[in-house]
Amino acid sequence: MSVEVRVPTILRSLTGGEKVVTASGGTLAAVVADLDGSYPGMGARLLDDSGLRRFVNIYVNDEDVRFLAGLQTQIADQDSITILPAVAGG
Amino acid sequence: MRFNSLLDSVGHTPLVGLPNLSPSSDVRLWAKLEDRNPTGSIKDRAVLAMVDQAEKDGRLTPGATLLEPTSGNTGIALAMIAKLRGYKLVCVMPKNTSAERTQLLEMWEARIMYSDAVGGSNEAVRVAKVLAAENPDWVMLYQYGNAANAQAHYDTTGPELIADLPTLTHFVAGLGTTGTLMGVGRYLREHRPAARIVAAEPRYGELVYGLRNLDEGFVPEIYDESILSSRFSVGARDAIRRTRELIELEGIFAGFSTGAILHAALGIAEKAKRAGESADIAFIVCDGGWKYLSTGAYEGSLDDAEMALDGQLWA
Repeated sequence: MSVEVRVPTILRSLTGGEKVVTASGGTLAAVVADLDGSYPGMGARLLDDSGLRRFVNIYVNDEDVRFLAGLQTQIADQDSITILPAVAGG
Repeated sequence: MRFNSLLDSVGHTPLVGLPNLSPSSDVRLWAKLEDRNPTGSIKDRAVLAMVDQAEKDGRLTPGATLLEPTSGNTGIALAMIAKLRGYKLVCVMPKNTSAERTQLLEMWEARIMYSDAVGGSNEAVRVAKVLAAENPDWVMLYQYGNAANAQAHYDTTGPELIADLPTLTHFVAGLGTTGTLMGVGRYLREHRPAARIVAAEPRYGELVYGLRNLDEGFVPEIYDESILSSRFSVGARDAIRRTRELIELEGIFAGFSTGAILHAALGIAEKAKRAGESADIAFIVCDGGWKYLSTGAYEGSLDDAEMALDGQLWA
């Protein structure tokens, strides 16, 4: 199961500058674990003890995972995952 | 319709059906035309409520100077109201906003302090907070943390929607300060508990997310995740495409944030149709397209238009 993950500028120091990386896993938690294996430190930047960090948003096929099943969100082949820092609008 | 003054006419906007974009007679889309407000955007509602509340609380006194971080529409609404009520206004606005926003703010004699394009509105908020600390006599209504922002939509936008569309099943709006979604959402939770409250969040170009670290992220103080049913991220390309469809198929000339909202609304409509469910989906037209003409994104190929908006705060 392989998915594309879009990585924001602030995390690209971990991916050697890559904007889009490939990861695998059946749930978002597994994908994050896989990312952390390929890019050590990624897990700690995205998660804290309570789950997804407050200023980190992750979208699966453009939908915010906090309104899906969070880290337990099922990931299918070809899904697209986007990681973004939380920003203001208005 | 007659009103005693322009400010009395804020709100009461039309809700129009979209016969050509709605997928079927059972799944219908409805656009609430917030561009019909006095300064041309939904922000008139929130700003008027915040000013009224601050006057009531004694925070705002005659001749006071207002300070507000804004990417445009809030500042424009505030500039007009400040002018009528006798206040001065300092806006902190990111550099990467359309030229028309500056022109409108200057027309109403607001003073603009530009914040760095990198970091977008987060940076404007940061700069405004520094200015507020340096100028304790200035009054920052602070749309991101002001309960009157959401309350305006609880008191007006929500009731208007239910009065015009008692069969409403979904409400879709843009996520910026989160005021519209929080206020209308709370009203619907009480009066239409089965309704889905859906947020469409603009996904900007990379420049806007150019924070130094994740701790510089920002979640508005008034945001309450439990009010929403789902939240979608919509990029510039989809927003532009939908903005153009709205013009071509329904004759509505809107700004790009509305395109992003329509994109989410159409996704919901398609899902309802596939499931064989009926739906009445109301969404917000935040503003007209006039303020964005200078971006050039209403013409030419989608690629060119997307490029034109890259790095801009287009919503």
